[in-house]
Order: sequence, then C-alpha cells, then structure tokens
Amino acid sequence: MIQFLGGDGRILGDLPLSHEELVRGYRALQRVRVFDERAVSLQRQGRLGVYAPYTGQEAAQVGPALALGEGDWLVPSYRETGAALIRGLPTYQALLYWRADPAGWCYPDGLRIVPFYIPIATQLPHAVGIASAGSYLGEDWVALTFVGDGGSSEGDFHEALNFAAVWGTPTVFVVQNNGWAISVPTESQMKNTCIADRAAGYGVPGVTVDGNDLVAMWVVAREAVERARAGGGPTLIEAMTYRLAPHTTSDDPSRYRADEEVERWRQRDPIERLRRVLDDLGLWDAEQDAEFLRELRVEFDEAVRRADKAPELEPQELVEHVFETMGPDQLEAWGVLRER
Amino acid sequence: MSSKRWVPISSRLGGSSVNVDTQQQTSVRTLNLVQALNDALDVALEQDRRVLVFGEDVGRMGGVFRVADGLQAKHGKERVFDTPLAEAGIVGYGIGLALAGLRPVAEIQFACFLYPALEQIISHLGRYRHRTRGRFTIPMVVRAPYGGGVHMPELHADSPEGILAQVPGVKVVIPSDPERAKGLLLAAIDDPDPVFFLEAIKLYRSTRVEVPEGNYLHPLGCARVVRRGDAVSLVAYGGMVEVCMKAAEVASREGVELEVIDLETLVPLDFDTVLASVRKTGRAVVVYEAPRTGGFGAEIAARLADEAIFDLDGPVVRVAGWDAPYPSFASVEHHYRPDAKRVLEAVRQVLTR
Ligand SMILES: Cc1ncc(C[n+]2csc(CCOP(=O)(O)OP(=O)(O)O)c2C)c(N)n1
Ligand SMILES: [Mg+2]
Repeated sequence: MIQFLGGDGRILGDLPLSHEELVRGYRALQRVRVFDERAVSLQRQGRLGVYAPYTGQEAAQVGPALALGEGDWLVPSYRETGAALIRGLPTYQALLYWRADPAGWCYPDGLRIVPFYIPIATQLPHAVGIASAGSYLGEDWVALTFVGDGGSSEGDFHEALNFAAVWGTPTVFVVQNNGWAISVPTESQMKNTCIADRAAGYGVPGVTVDGNDLVAMWVVAREAVERARAGGGPTLIEAMTYRLAPHTTSDDPSRYRADEEVERWRQRDPIERLRRVLDDLGLWDAEQDAEFLRELRVEFDEAVRRADKAPELEPQELVEHVFETMGPDQLEAWGVLRER
Repeated sequence: MSSKRWVPISSRLGGSSVNVDTQQQTSVRTLNLVQALNDALDVALEQDRRVLVFGEDVGRMGGVFRVADGLQAKHGKERVFDTPLAEAGIVGYGIGLALAGLRPVAEIQFACFLYPALEQIISHLGRYRHRTRGRFTIPMVVRAPYGGGVHMPELHADSPEGILAQVPGVKVVIPSDPERAKGLLLAAIDDPDPVFFLEAIKLYRSTRVEVPEGNYLHPLGCARVVRRGDAVSLVAYGGMVEVCMKAAEVASREGVELEVIDLETLVPLDFDTVLASVRKTGRAVVVYEAPRTGGFGAEIAARLADEAIFDLDGPVVRVAGWDAPYPSFASVEHHYRPDAKRVLEAVRQVLTR
C-alpha cells in the first residue's frame, strides 16, 4: 500500500509535493468537508433531498481531482460530490443536484464533468468512450472515473477495464474501497479483497493506495494521469478508505457495523493527518485554519442562498428534452401539462 | 421552452400520407438490404469524420451479415473496428464517444444480444438529454438484425422493438426495403438523438431494388402507405410488411383491396397516417412478430380505440407472435411468425364481424 503519511500524521520519507501543494491540498480537503457537513445538516433541516455523504473519504477523491489537468474529464458516481467541487462544479449546483433540481444537472458549458451516476458502475464504460474520443480527435485529455468496492462486482467494471486495456485508452479508474457497499462488507463482496490485484488480469498497472493520505492519492493519481496522457494506457487505483458517515442520509449504519470500527477509522481522518504535517512544517496554524473555515462557511451560505433562488420547473417541462425536437406524444403531453 | 416542435412530414407536405422525399442524386444501382445499408455506412463515414462504426466482428470481417463489408479497408481501423465481446460495454463505450462529441454507430450482432446492454440503454441512452436538460446528448445509432423466418439457431430471432419503444428518449426505426433503409439509416446517423435501427434478417438478401448513389435522407417519424386499398388497413413494419403485401395480393385476386401501412419509425410514431387510413377503411389489422401481449402493435390497437372508435366498422385485430418465447424448435417455428394466411384470416374476421 502506497503511503507518505503515517497513521499519526508523521511523514514517511521524502514528500513528493511542494509546500504550496501541501497547503493547496489541505485547503481542498477542508473545502469539501465543509460542504459535506453542511449538506448533511441542510438535509436534516429538510432543505436538501437524500444526500450521499463522503465523510472520511475526502483525500481519496480530492487527490485524483487535483491530479487532473484543465482539459481532463471527471466521470463520477454519486459519492464524488467532493471531487466534482474541486474540478469546478459550482457549489450551488452541487446543492441543487441533491435537491433534485434540474440546474443540478445542467453543468456550465465547457466543464468537463458528467453529472453523478446512480446506476452502479455504469459510468465506467462511458469514461472509456470519452477517453477514446479524445485520442481519436487528437486531444490529449484523460478521463478519470470513480467507482466503489461494491461497484467492482458489476459487469460494467469488467467490461470497461477490458475495453480500456485492449485499446490502451487514457482512462484512470479509481476504486474508493470504503469497506462497505451499503451494509455488505468487502469480504462478502469478493474473495480476493485486494481490488488492485485484478489489474494484472487485464494487463494494466494496478496500485493500492492509502486513501486517507492525500499526498499518496495525489501523487499516484498524477502519475497515472501522466502515463495515460503519454499513451501508456489505463491504470486501476484502489484507494483504501472508510465511509465514516451513513451510506446516505436515509441509512442507519448501526444495523450493520460496530462503533469501534468507525472509531478506529476516525483516528485515521485524512484531514487531521495532513494538518499535523502542515503543523510540523509550520505551513498552517490554528488561526489561519479558523479564518479559512469561516470563509468556507460564508461561501457555502451564499451558495445556499443562490440555490434557493432557482426557479421551479413548469409541469410541461417534464416532457421537454426527451428528444431535441418534441415528438407528437411529447407535444400532446406538453399541451395537457401546460393547463395544470 | 427550448425544445423545437415536431411536425409530421406528411402534414408538412400538405396532408399526403405518401412520402415524397427530395433526392438530388442521379445514378442508381440495384441493391439488396445488406448492400444498401453498407452503402449508407460508407456515405456516412465519407462525409462526417465524427462517425465511427464498431461492434463484434465488424472491423476485420464486416459483421456476420457483412453490412460493414469493406469499410475498414476503406476508412481505416481507427474508424471501423472490432470491439471485445461485451454488449453493455459496446453501448456504454458508444455513449462515452457521443458525450465527447462523436457520432458512434454500433452494431449488436443479433437483437437478442441487446439484452446485456439494457441497463445502458434504459438508464443512460434514453435519459441523458432529459436529465441534463440538453446539456449532454447522445447522437448514437445502434443497429441490430432482428426477427425470424430464416431458421436461425436458438436466440437469434427475437423482435425486441416493443421493449425499446418503451424506453423514453430513444427512437426506433425498422425499414422494410433497401432504398428506404439507406435513407433512413443516413437520417438516423444524422439525428441528434439515439436511434435503434432494427434490420429484419429475413429481408437482408430477399429483394433488390434501385438505390440511389450518394447521400439522401428519409426523415424519421413518417409512416408510408405502401399499397392503396379500401377494405381493411394492415399496419406493419420491418419483416411483416412483405407478409402483408403478400396477403394483399391474394385478397386483391378475390376483389378485396387491402391498404398496407409501413410504420418504418415506431418512435416517434406517425399515427396520423394510420388514422387517416383507418378512417377511410373502417377496419384495421395490426401485424407484428413479437409476442402479442404488450407488443408495439398493441399500442397501435389502443390508439385506434382512443381515436378512431367511431370510425371502426369491426374489431381491431392483432396478428402477432404467440405469447411464448420464439421457438427454438425447427418443426414449429413457422407456426410462430405471422404469415399471409394468418393475416388473411384476420382480414376475414374484421370484415365479417
Ligand atoms: C445497478 C445498481 N444496483 C443497485 C443499486 C443500489 N445501490 C446504491 S449504492 C449501493 C452500494 C454501492 O456500494 P459501493 O460500490 O461500495 O459504493 P459506496 O456507496 O460505498 O461509495 C447499492 C447497492 C444501484 N444504485 N445501482
Ligand atoms: Mg463501498
């Protein structure tokens, strides 16, 4: 398992990131955590729909997001709101997605993120197609996609990895192995619980990384992205992490897992671990931290205000965008719904 | 409102239910369905660099029915290629290509083998435009041979058009003749939305007709009256059009003129053409080879009940596959697929009740 930060936040050997990068990484982690905490609390107030928190998994998604270049694509599952925020998804739009508001899917033109995927693992072949299109068009973009440990059991996981491997497409697959697929633990999901081992079967590089170590996640993903861009084909990255929060805001994890397990992982919190490094290096102090968190909360509140202003759809809009041009059936429904 | 309105071609052309498409090309050749489709793919590859053609055995071999014959040699391995054997992967990969701006044309070797890809089809292909309010679109064509009548091995003869027509956001086109097929396939490739293009295996090499060279489009969403009559309207598509034409010839010898409608596009459906015909004849038989219950012909019958009940002089009868799997047993296969005899029995039934 690749690791640069010890469990206690001490540095293991030389750090391959600059001091500026360490601070940038830390700020990104805090930013997505504030979103996550605030989103959960909005949901509890009835101001957000069902939400899939990623508490504890911030480094596993922020690292790869930071490793991408400007023209690269992000192909996320529902778990990666954090990665999407770092790649430029406006905060109010992320909120609107979890409010089931259409603006949550209408990403700004030019933003190379596809909206979150609910059907498990179905995003993976899309990431292969997007990557392949880039090569065909003479673009040098890479497509980076996420999936969970549970998702690695789906057929699409296998088909996508095989397609990418056969054709050497510039696709980076990141598995967030958070130990659970809702209530099913990894041991009940697969016999060999090392998902990166499967890469050998496809003939691509596979690597297991400490998913709660931002430095490791960033560096390993950066290497995979660079290799893909240089024509070296896909990589399978397995991030060992843990979902501290429930599966979604509707889930009750006490039905399937022990508090001690959660506590053990809380000790390995990715943000705490990086903060200790910044402390040791004198790059960040408590005052800066408090000030930054305050800024993030203000920014979040502004995003909520902006989201609150999103106009509601008219009933007839539900039959729009089925096709570019409405068919007779949509047109008939449109007329009926407009009278509602 | 950002979606443009759809206007049925028949009404744009002044209410005629027979299509008059403008064609600029001059030279024609006599081609069968396979050759006409091959020609369409060739033209599409030639004129639009965004078009890629792929599927199982499509590159090196040109597909098991040779629809892509010679295209890899002509257009290169980058644009016409074999995929690994995985249908969900093929459709999912195509969706990715389309998301990034290309025009994928995928072949599924037999329509029965679309089933592994149903999740990609239902959850993404038909939904992407809608869920992203037009921000992302999937201008992809999925071609697949379908239907029975040629004694294929087990699971090579299903007609899953009804399943596909149930998926909002995908179009479904089923040609019945080579000349129409070429123009429809070119229109499908040109279409901004996903299109399933089902090709009746029975028709692949059965007839040859004159097919113009070069590019021409037959718009999607237009049914055609392929034979005029006044006694009963036969509504069909794909492989069943030929069966209905045979029935109409037999009836004509007895002095009964049947009108035959070829739907060509199931989604979006040009029901106006069906309605105009049934209002004239007062009688309808709907013919399809998928299992009868819940099939696409059931939708036609339901719409006639909705919109033409007072114009009908008899029941609307469906002649369809039986409610059983398409039989893999050679000795009974011919009992499953509707033939002219069964169509004529239904015609008698609607004329005498
Ligand atoms: C195809 C499909 N099957 C089932 C579900 C229901 N479901 C949603 S999340 C989930 C568990 C996913 O676990 P994992 O892949 O490990 O991702 P995680 O939630 O842990 O991030 C299931 C079964 C689904 N969304 N899609
Ligand atoms: Mg999981």
